[in-house]
Amino acid sequence: MILLINGKKHTVNADPETPLLWVLREQLGLTGSKFGCGEGLCGACTVLINGVPEHSCVTPMKEVQGKMVVTIEGIPEDHPVKKAWLADEVSQCGYCQPGQIVAAVALLKKKPHPGDTDIDAAMNGNLCRCGTYGRIRRAIHTAAEKGVKP
Amino acid sequence: MTTNKGMTRRQFIASSALAGGGLLLSCCLPFGRRDLMAAAGKDFAPNAFLKITSDGRVTVIVNKSEMGQGVYTSLPMLVAEELCCDWKKVTFQASPVAPEYNRVAMPIMVTGGSSSVRTEWERLSFAGAAAREMLIAAAAKEWKVDPSECRAENGTIFGPGGKELTFGALAARAATLPVPKNPKLKGGAGTLLGKPLHRLDSPAKINGTAIFGIDVSVPGLLTCVIAHPPVFGAKVKTFDASKALSLKGVKQVVKVEAGVAVIADGFWPAFKGREALTVEWDEGEGAAISTPAMRAEYAGLAATPGLIARKEGDAAATLAAATKHFDAEYEVPYLAHAPMEPLNCFVDLKGDSCLIRTGSQFQTIHRDMAAKVAGLKPEQVTLETTFLGGGFGRRANPSSDFVVAAVQVAKVVGLPVKVIWTREDDMKSGHYRPMWYDRISACLDDQGMPLAWHHRIVGQSILAGTPFESGIKEGIDRTSTEGAADTHYAIPNLQVELHSPKNLVSVLWWRSVGYSHTTFVMESFLDELAHAAGKDPFQYRRPLLEKHPRTLNVLEIAATKTGWGTALPKGHGRGIAVQACFSSFAAQVAEVSLDSKGQINVHRVVCVLDCGKIVNPDTVKAQLESGIAFGLSAALYGSITLKNGRVQQSNFDSYPMVSMKAMPKVEVHIVASTEPAGGVGELSVPPIAPAVANALFAASGIRVRSLPLTPDKVLAGLKGEKRL
Repeated sequence: MILLINGKKHTVNADPETPLLWVLREQLGLTGSKFGCGEGLCGACTVLINGVPEHSCVTPMKEVQGKMVVTIEGIPEDHPVKKAWLADEVSQCGYCQPGQIVAAVALLKKKPHPGDTDIDAAMNGNLCRCGTYGRIRRAIHTAAEKGVKP
Repeated sequence: MTTNKGMTRRQFIASSALAGGGLLLSCCLPFGRRDLMAAAGKDFAPNAFLKITSDGRVTVIVNKSEMGQGVYTSLPMLVAEELCCDWKKVTFQASPVAPEYNRVAMPIMVTGGSSSVRTEWERLSFAGAAAREMLIAAAAKEWKVDPSECRAENGTIFGPGGKELTFGALAARAATLPVPKNPKLKGGAGTLLGKPLHRLDSPAKINGTAIFGIDVSVPGLLTCVIAHPPVFGAKVKTFDASKALSLKGVKQVVKVEAGVAVIADGFWPAFKGREALTVEWDEGEGAAISTPAMRAEYAGLAATPGLIARKEGDAAATLAAATKHFDAEYEVPYLAHAPMEPLNCFVDLKGDSCLIRTGSQFQTIHRDMAAKVAGLKPEQVTLETTFLGGGFGRRANPSSDFVVAAVQVAKVVGLPVKVIWTREDDMKSGHYRPMWYDRISACLDDQGMPLAWHHRIVGQSILAGTPFESGIKEGIDRTSTEGAADTHYAIPNLQVELHSPKNLVSVLWWRSVGYSHTTFVMESFLDELAHAAGKDPFQYRRPLLEKHPRTLNVLEIAATKTGWGTALPKGHGRGIAVQACFSSFAAQVAEVSLDSKGQINVHRVVCVLDCGKIVNPDTVKAQLESGIAFGLSAALYGSITLKNGRVQQSNFDSYPMVSMKAMPKVEVHIVASTEPAGGVGELSVPPIAPAVANALFAASGIRVRSLPLTPDKVLAGLKGEKRL
């Protein structure tokens, strides 16, 4: 099966039912997307599929054939969201942050200047046991101020 | 509790020397780590904690695990401050397991007890100062001047007549010089300490390259998922692996002590293989465990005298003579740590060596347990600490369950293997914060102040049955009574008693340990007494804390910063709570309201901390924000219950945590102080539950005496039902 990940084609040989998360992590070495719950409940595995944030832990590999997948590794280092995450020192243990960042990138693409209720709605499914929510909110506002390229 | 108080510089040098001459260049690499000796002669490694290469790069070797607190920044800051290096050239490296890296005055490496900065401050400051003096000595020798004519600044040594040499240029020469026996700290205002420097580990955590235990991989790696016992203490009777073995990718299915291990060429086939497995268990007596029965047992025990943990005056006689007394029962449930990264462990076991890579808070214990299981000597086991996707105590487990299970599997497999626990495995794996049941009787004097307080605590001992069991004195596990037996409140007749029933459900320290329970009980019941006396809960606490000015101070600041006493919107209420623990002092005020379904909305939390002197105010602030979210999850949602021995929660739907929407606005205030450094990481956990419960009472008149503060309890309160 051929998958398009972060702009590159990859030939993957695995059971088509395998969740995308494990293909990314174990076959392609893209370990930035994390396993947190395996049920689509925590958001640690969030990736973009055709620009939409999805839980890769419950997305079978076969479903992303022919679609564009973007992981944390595919978001440029100079992306305003990554820069805002650094500037506002969001990370604590850091485990959930790739998923948070991917979700925030999707939010800002859809809504370049989100209000707090937009942030609540878009980010509520991305859990953080370290409780970095206040800083995530701030960093999204910071990134919005700096402007996210469409 | 071990603190760095009273450790003199002489003891520091002596203890370092005893630990294998940690300050001596020739002895600073005793742990078989050749990579640390790379380019010896060019590099400068004056002690176990830092290394300077010829390019001027300073690597600080950090003996504490990074699980969110920012130790890969705060501990390097301590070294860099005294070293006077260029902060931009500082990097970090996780230390190997060796005596040099044990916690000060303890025989093990451990990250916990809110101790990293406070226990390492002195040792790392002297490590930096010793290296600075050696670099100065090297420059002075080069220039043939007296060292007193030279100074270090921003990675360069400056000498008379405009002479200068960089640390990198001096590193090789400095490495040949003797290590100063009594390095002098530079003192004065810090150039780094006290500044909110950016975290050195943030870039890796943001770009996805930070390697957590679950990310560890090597060529040919096998992945294992274990079918764990469904009830505590159950053993495998028989199993049928035929279906599992027929699945593509499944390599092997074996019975190990921990359960039935399904080994495959990836997580998914291992997971599917486990689903296809049929296991028959000998469940044993664990199958009879149920939360209601346990609660009834605890309530029965609370009605009988326990071992005395604290006795002041005569609480029993005072209460017997009182015309009116106030009685209450409080309870809190088992809690899972639920770090975002489920437990996991990589093991590569060969004939005479074992490599372990995992997120550990308890390296020495985990290594030694691994050695025991592998049949090796501890020195044959190498444990490398990865980033930890949260710890909260779960990865500091004396039984070393997740490491031991992985070594058991590796013994059978004979190839590099990583055992991954699913969220459900992690959630049901025990090692919970104990369930507690408290019974208190109190009476007031004619001013309405507490005259007697008779408190019985019932719950499992964390230390019992561990290598730390000797910490139980006369039957009292201090981690069961901390926060109650050592209360700062002046109560003339105080008696705290303890029952420590045994149970198959394993228990463990959970962020803030005993205080996670006692602060809720003490601060809630004190609030009850204040209201019973017709007094303001904040004002009521003040005279009781007169002998503890730092505790009183954080309480008063919290009230001031909140605007305590000012009007709130209708239906809103404020609650206050304070706790001294881990050598620091924290107070919080929460503002809450109720919705029509009985759900508590926490709008604002004001948090004040006095933790003495500070390394990095931003990581301190972040940890306080974190503790509030962590404690609030327990206050509002967290509960592990058992039925027929089975844990009834499994994932984040049945064991929820605070999400973006539920996170209150948090305002942190840190008291400026020159006192010795105290703890930080656990400090904001204890006060949040009672602050919210007290705010609930202020908002609604409902007193909920059990956690979590769920809508059904609130609605029962609104209906006037008498229940917990």
